[in-house]
Amino acid sequence: MSINMHPNRLLQPSAIVRHAVLLTTGALILVPFVWMVSLSLKPPGEIFRASFSFWPTQFYGVENYTKALTEAPLPRYMGNGLIVCALILGLQILVCAPCAYALAKLRFPGRDLLFAMVLIGLLLPHQVLSLPLFVLGYQLGILNTYAALIFPYVVSPFGIFLFRQFFKTIPDDVVHAARLDGLSEIAIVWKIMVPMALPALAAFSIFSVVGHWNDLFWPLIAVRDESLMPPPLGIMAFKSEESGNDYGPLMAASTLIVLPLVVAFLAAQKWFVEGMTGGAVK
Amino acid sequence: MASVSIDSIHKNYGATSVLRGVSLSIADGEFLTLLGPSGCGKSTLLRILAGLEVQDAGSLSIGERAVDNLRPKCRDVAMVFQSYALYPHMTVASNMGLPLRMRRLSTFERLPLLGRLLPGTARIAAEIDAEVTRTAKSLGIGHLLARKPGQLSGGQRQRVAVGRAMVRHPAVFLMDEPLSNLDAKLRVQMRAEIKELHQRLGVTFVYVTHDQAEAMTLSDRVAVMLDGELLQVAPPQEIYADPDDRRVAEFIGSPKINMLDGVVRERGLIDVAGSTLAIGADALAGAHLTLGIRPEAFHLAERGGQGALTGSVRMIEHMGSDLFVHLDLAGGDHPLIARLLAERAPHVVPGQTLHVGVGPDRVLLFDHDGRRLRQEVESGRASVTPIREVAR
Repeated sequence: MSINMHPNRLLQPSAIVRHAVLLTTGALILVPFVWMVSLSLKPPGEIFRASFSFWPTQFYGVENYTKALTEAPLPRYMGNGLIVCALILGLQILVCAPCAYALAKLRFPGRDLLFAMVLIGLLLPHQVLSLPLFVLGYQLGILNTYAALIFPYVVSPFGIFLFRQFFKTIPDDVVHAARLDGLSEIAIVWKIMVPMALPALAAFSIFSVVGHWNDLFWPLIAVRDESLMPPPLGIMAFKSEESGNDYGPLMAASTLIVLPLVVAFLAAQKWFVEGMTGGAVK
Repeated sequence: MASVSIDSIHKNYGATSVLRGVSLSIADGEFLTLLGPSGCGKSTLLRILAGLEVQDAGSLSIGERAVDNLRPKCRDVAMVFQSYALYPHMTVASNMGLPLRMRRLSTFERLPLLGRLLPGTARIAAEIDAEVTRTAKSLGIGHLLARKPGQLSGGQRQRVAVGRAMVRHPAVFLMDEPLSNLDAKLRVQMRAEIKELHQRLGVTFVYVTHDQAEAMTLSDRVAVMLDGELLQVAPPQEIYADPDDRRVAEFIGSPKINMLDGVVRERGLIDVAGSTLAIGADALAGAHLTLGIRPEAFHLAERGGQGALTGSVRMIEHMGSDLFVHLDLAGGDHPLIARLLAERAPHVVPGQTLHVGVGPDRVLLFDHDGRRLRQEVESGRASVTPIREVAR
């Protein structure tokens, strides 16, 4: 209806400028990915050719991808990534949901102070804490194990914050009803609050998995053993040791590593947006 | 089944005093309504009764058992919330069955998959299902058990909320404005259903509302609350006809009671708005009083002067059988509403001068603090005594 009433709406100068800016920004973000995929399909000679083309003149994809999967233990890296990300996410939810419930729905002295500390935790860059964490890991004797990759992330201030904000939008009456129905506080968290906060849970899961799947900084510090390396660290090892300047297989490996995230995001996109905007209009 | 006894409950939120020494005893099987404007503390009192809030002072008992230190689930009360507070991710059947599952199944038996393997779980679960189905059918929502709350209308959600409370057979039903989210027509229907439910179950109901029509139609007794205090606890007709306090008189009744300032001229006569009414106000010559007169207490009079008030008609509202006549009284800027039978006053038009009479026994007297002054008519002699002193 409104489109019929304003047939030239998209042709107005302001609209054209707006879309041009959006398209340019989008392209800038997308180009490296497209370039990565493009390179992963090209033979070595073509990669360093001066002329520019997206499509390979000689299709070299099979060779690159085979090399990526065979010469470095890429499946192993991805398996490590899966184990580490799944454990981190599971433990984070296990810790964050009860914390967030307490901060959102229970009244106790010091609650606001605790929440302020969560916010401060949100502001601290992880790198600042890496040295103390490394020393702690050393003291605990867990360096160079899966535990070393996982333990710094188990308590996520961001997760607590996100869940707390979502739990706040759930009416107190629901909590009261649950108490009268005989649920304990822990049961309220897992049977009532978390199922009602599924959009927030989905959004948080994506943030967490993407963040830790792609993390390079902490694994670089925490593990040396190649069999424990998550994907980005594995790729780095792959680049320096095996392939030198063999960018084709390297790009193929990178593409394979990004792929699960892209698929997961597309699958959960609806919930993700809902989780990020949920509660904003209530 | 249980009586409820509330003894000088105090509650403060920070510096704000929400409940100031509320005491009330509710008989077994009684339908008691807490009536008051929003913010008067009635919902807080209900939540304290349920154990969802803790009082700062005072004590509670339900069925002779002190419940001050009991958690909500141990108090044997069920509550219906204004927002219904259904669990949106569960079906109607799960919503209604949850209180039973929490009570009858152990932690292990409630485990998602493992629980079903334990001996006895299946039998108890089947019993629970049967009870939920029976309750749902009695409320006319048997066909909705597989739906989620989001797929139900307001009235259906309300029934589910009632069903979730009913299925447990609690000793006391607590209802916190359960009808205020419904449209007018449905509200009247659900009101009748709640009344019927109370008669059928015969358990104690404590019902919170700001709607006087709900309070008057449903209750055995109404407790009128204002600013954290109980002003009067009495059956509906007594609250209406014989209020203890000016605020009670003003809160109950629609249109609102007329409040007129009067001065006692001599024993048995009060000057009000240019007229004189023969009302027993003993030995208080010169005293200022407030006269409360219900709109329907007026009748058309032939002429003004003694026993009648005179004013010009400002506006007329036709209500079918009745007329609401808005008058501006002659002796001052008192607005007044009189409810007259339409057939008795067919020719009233705006601008007209009208005389309305009122019987002395239909006038409620209040002192300057708003306390009721009873007219004691004894052997032809009327006297006025403050009600509080009579009570002592």
